[in-house]
Order: sequence, then structure tokens, then C-alpha cells
Amino acid sequence: MEQRSETISPAGVAERARRQVRARAGALRRASLPPAPDARRVPVTRIEAEAPRARLEFRELWRARDLALTFAWRDVKVRYKQSLVGIAWAILQPLMTMIVFTVIFGKFANFPSEGTQYQVFVYAGLLPWMFFSTGLTQIASSVVLNRQLVQKIYFPRLILPLSGVLVPAIDFLFALTIMFGIAAWYHTAIQWTTIALAPFFLLLLALAAVGVGAFFATINVRYRDVPYAMPFLIQIWLYLSPVIYGFTALPHKWKVLFAFNPVVLGITGFRWALLGTPQPSQLQVVCGLATTCVFVFGGLWVYRKWESSFADVI
Amino acid sequence: MTAAIHAEGLSKRYRIGEYRRGYDTLRDTLAYSARRALRLEHRPSYEEIWALDDVSFDVGQGEAVGFIGRNGAGKSTLLKILTRITTPTKGSAEIRGRVGSILEVGTGFHPELTGRENIYLNGAILGMTRREITSKLSQIIEFSGVPKFIDTPVKRYSTGMYVRLAFAVAAHLDPEILIIDEVLSVGDYEFQQRCMGRIEDISKSGRTVLFVSHDMAAVSRLCQRAYWLELGSVKRAGPAEQVVAAYIQAQAGVGAEQVWEEVETAPGNDVVRLRSARVIDAEGNTVDAVDVRRRVGIEIGFTVLTDDVALFPKIKLTNGQGEIAFNAMDIDERWRAPAKRGDYVSTAWIPGNLLNEGMMSVDVGVASLGAARLDAHFNFAGLLSFHVQDPVVGDSAKGFFTGQFKGAVRPLLEWDVDRTL
Repeated sequence: MEQRSETISPAGVAERARRQVRARAGALRRASLPPAPDARRVPVTRIEAEAPRARLEFRELWRARDLALTFAWRDVKVRYKQSLVGIAWAILQPLMTMIVFTVIFGKFANFPSEGTQYQVFVYAGLLPWMFFSTGLTQIASSVVLNRQLVQKIYFPRLILPLSGVLVPAIDFLFALTIMFGIAAWYHTAIQWTTIALAPFFLLLLALAAVGVGAFFATINVRYRDVPYAMPFLIQIWLYLSPVIYGFTALPHKWKVLFAFNPVVLGITGFRWALLGTPQPSQLQVVCGLATTCVFVFGGLWVYRKWESSFADVI
Repeated sequence: MTAAIHAEGLSKRYRIGEYRRGYDTLRDTLAYSARRALRLEHRPSYEEIWALDDVSFDVGQGEAVGFIGRNGAGKSTLLKILTRITTPTKGSAEIRGRVGSILEVGTGFHPELTGRENIYLNGAILGMTRREITSKLSQIIEFSGVPKFIDTPVKRYSTGMYVRLAFAVAAHLDPEILIIDEVLSVGDYEFQQRCMGRIEDISKSGRTVLFVSHDMAAVSRLCQRAYWLELGSVKRAGPAEQVVAAYIQAQAGVGAEQVWEEVETAPGNDVVRLRSARVIDAEGNTVDAVDVRRRVGIEIGFTVLTDDVALFPKIKLTNGQGEIAFNAMDIDERWRAPAKRGDYVSTAWIPGNLLNEGMMSVDVGVASLGAARLDAHFNFAGLLSFHVQDPVVGDSAKGFFTGQFKGAVRPLLEWDVDRTL
């Protein structure tokens, strides 16, 4: 033992000398690093075992806005990679759907279209509907698709559903350009006086998509049934929404029930703002706003309640 | 000195059954609930383990602290709690300052995006603002050493390039507290050294660093203090060199064999994954102590997952003082052509009378030959360890001398003597 300590200590001295040299060399390189943080201004984070509160941390979200935009930018960039026509899909999808719907529902079934050309009518309904439905699909899978990140990095989890609604917004803008062409082709006047109100209805749809999407995203973390259920849900939901028909065409006693569908107000309102079709009734506005609120707060509450266990369960 | 991190009684419970199954379908749960309700199944289908059990510590402002321990000791769980990825089951912690973490190099890289685009993506994920990234972009590209390919999608990158770019982003992160988890296990040696230098600089500029690694030399070089975790609790804490020394000593008895049962969770990448490693004697028995005069084998099992990459196994031996004995790789012709997929077991035989006495720590890796460098698919530092013993019967390099020779190797040489009168 004696022998050993004797042989080691000179090595220790040498090591210390080497450290000093390195420290000096480090001092030179350090010049490129920013100054050390000021201890008084640093934020303090408390980590507690107790169940997290479902409150929305707006300040934290605001600080992470760059990340939300980056996620959206990534999804947009990647979305049409290695596809032949790329972003044209954003136009082709609603356009083809419009043609099929026009032939089936407009011509064969002779659905009423609230005094406008059916083509224009259905396209103006498909735009907000597709914005809502792709947003909903995207958000419902957002947490699971980013599971690698969720397991490795902390960021405000709400960013995932919030940025999920930005991608369909881009698609929407592309599809919107065609809207004006179609309206002109069928000699339908665009209501330039009310069009400024259209974004409000889109916002309502976005909120509904975030709320419902966040709810399903939470379930998806635990149960991978969601990807199977989603297309089915969206298909049914389309027929329960005034896309291929107008709200005014519904039998009176059903109107109350349908008005609770948060998408009804968004679509009817958007179409009214754009084309001047009958404006949303009081019933629609009241029920639509109320259900949207319920969906948004309910969905986000569930999401917030479970988000801290995402990394463990996913 | 103010505490940058103050942790009290942090504990984390996992339910193993649940955890392993990962996810299930609603139907499974309904069926299970039905069985429970009908009393067909009494016990819950999961087991509980405490991945972290009552861990308390303080880290001072500007301190570099290492966390060491075997796989599953709770290091990663601890870091996940501190980085807020998951919440503790019990206990609390207070953190002063922005936390940046490098938990796995390249997390969040998107294969379809170019190197430049991924810098923005990864930077944002690590908590940088877009402006910050733009201002550091040229530094990051230069540090990465892949400026030529910066506008190429990263799916066309080699593993080495990928890792270098990813670390370059992480290295330019500028938080008050930096958490680093085993990031340097891939990439070539020269780049690893550059990364270590960068981490040292960050630590010396007054930032707090939490460092988790299996590379004991790195821990004792970088950190002032260390915590040794075992089975979720702190087994030992103190000055890094002492804790590392104690840890290495303890490892000697148990570190002669490592096995990964499931290929998905084994270390490695999409090309090759480590499955097992053993220290064996000439008869093929697992041993943790060898006679200095006898040859000793390092047996490496790995699974190759593709058919189109040429690779080869390599080892590195380091002694208890952190001195490198040698690096060695299999240079046989069989590795020149791309390896076919399958399970491989490769053994490197270290001749007798080469190593010095004492603890030897073995790094095990599989690499490919890149241009002028080795690109590691994995390189597991300190995976195995064994003791070299000298019975001092006179036929080793030390003869009948009972003291210690310095150095990592102690070869038995041939000596020629001419005597003239």
C-alpha cells in the first residue's frame, strides 16, 4: 500500500500542472464565449411532484413561439417533399372534391345551394371544412409523431397542437386563390364588404380543431386507436356539417341540434362573409360560440392534465 | 456560492409492465378491465420499480458535476426530471437559470431537411431563438466541419457527419445550466476531443454543467464533484476523482460481462447494434481477473442490420489512472466488403505479458472507415473492466520485483546483451 501511494502522488502533481496549463489555454479560447450569466436575473424553475395544474402558461408559450413557428415551418417543408406536384395538392384536393360533390349532390341529387352556383357554394364550404379537418387530423397525431422529441426534450407541450393548425392554414391560403377564380368563372360576386370578417370564422374553426385535436392527441399517446378512428370521425362529421348543403335547408327541428356542431358556425359564417349567402342565425352564433368554448377549454384541459406523463407513457 | 440546482428527495416510480408494453389498444384495456371486474385476474399486471429513490443534491453556480453509474442506475431518469421531460413521483427541485440539454445528439433532426435547415430546427428545439441561430450560423457550420454538405438533405449524411453537425448546434447553446448525457459515444476521436474541449470551455466560463457519461476519464477531467448512482440512490458523492476511483474499483468485480437482450434498446444505430461483450480467458470462461502472463479475450457480440456498410469492431483499453494502453481494431480482409446482416461474435485476443497490473477498462465499438477518420456506429466507453494480476513468480516483465511499474502496458521484451571486456 505504501509503495502504491508513493508512486501515485507524483502523477497527481503532474496532473495538477497539466490542469493549470489547460486552464490557461482555456482562458484564451473563452474569449469567444459570452459572459457568465448574472445570478440575480436568471429565471427560477420549481419542479414538484404534485399533479400539474391545467392552467395555460401564456408567458411560457409566448417565449416558445419561435419553436412553434419552426415546427410549422418544418411540417410545411416536409409535407410535399418527394411528391410530384408538391403544393399543388393543396389546390387539387378541394378542387377535385368540389367537382365530384357538384356532380353527385349538385346535379344528381339536386341539393339546394342558397341561391348561388353549387360549384362556388360547395367550394366555399370545402375550404373552411378542409382547414378544420386536416388541422384536426394533424393535431391528433402531433404528439405521437413527435414522440422522439417528447421523450428527449422539454418544451411547452401545447406547442404541438398549436403549431399543428398552422400547416393546414398554408394549404388553405393556396386553395383560397382558386376560390376567386371559380367565383369569377361562375359569375358569382365576392362580397368585398364582409370578407374582412372571414378570418374570425376561420379562427373559430382553428380553435375547435385545437380543442378537439388536443383531446385526441392525449388519447393517442395511450391508445393507438386514434389513427383508425380519425378518418371515420371526419367522414361522419363532414355530413353533419353544412358543406354539401346549406344550414337553411335543414328541417327546422334539427337546426337546434346541428347548431351545437362548432363547425357549423365557422362554415356558414365563412361562406356568408365571402359569398353573401344567408348569414348565421342567432341560434347558430350562440350555440356555435358556446360549443367552441367548451371544446377548446375541455380539450386543452385534458391535454394539460396528462401532458406531464406523455414522456413516460408514449 | 448560490445553488444553481437544489434537489430534495427526488423519486420516480415506473410501472414496469405498463412501461414495457409501451401502448395498447382500447380493446386490450376493456378486455383487461372486464377480466378484473369478473375477478379472473387479481393482481395488477405491472410491477413497480423506483427508478430513482430519494435523491438529494446541490449543484453550485458554475460547478461541473458528474453523474456516473451503471445502465439503469437512474441517471437518465434524474436528468429527465431536471429537464422537465417527466415529473418526479416524490420530491422537488429548484433550478436557477435557463436549462439547456444535450440528451441525444441529433434529436429532432429531420432527414428530408438540409443541414442548414436542420440547424434552425434543432436550435429551436434546444431553446434558441431564430435570431440567436442566425447570428451563430457561420460558427456552427464551421465547428461542424461539413460546410460542403450544408445544403444537402441530412439523409445523405454519414453517421459521423450527422453527429458532428448535431453536436455543433448543441455546443453553441448558451444556457446557464447545461445538461449533457452521454453525447460523445459516437463520432471520430478528433471530433470527440474537440467536443470535450468545447464542454470544458463552457464549464470554465461560469456555466453550470451536469455531465453524465460512462467515460470515467472525461468525468474526472471535466467535473469537480461527482455522484455515483446505483439502483436509483446516491451510493457515493464527493470530489470527482475519488468517486470515479471508487466506482472503477467496484466495477472491476462486476463489469466482465454485459448483455442487451433486445436489439431495439441496445446501443448503436440503424447499421449495427451492440448485443453483448465479455472478458474471457483462453478457455472461453467469463473472467474478471486475469493472470498477467495469460492471454485475455474481449468478446463482442453485435447485430448488423443492413447489408451495405463495411464495418469492423474495435477496442480501447484504459487503466485505472485514465491512461490509454492501446487502441486496436480488426484489420482482417473479411471486414473490407460490406458486412451482411446477422449476429456476429468477434473476439480480440490480447497477448499475455502486455498489460500492466491493475484495473483495465475496455471501450468497445464498431466503426466504419471514413475519409481519414473512423466513424463510430457506437463506441461504448468503459463497457467492461477486469483486473490484471501478477503472481510475481519471476517470469513476468517485473521479475521478482514486488513494487509497481508505472504505465498502462508492461510488455515482456526480448533483451539482447553484448558484453565486452
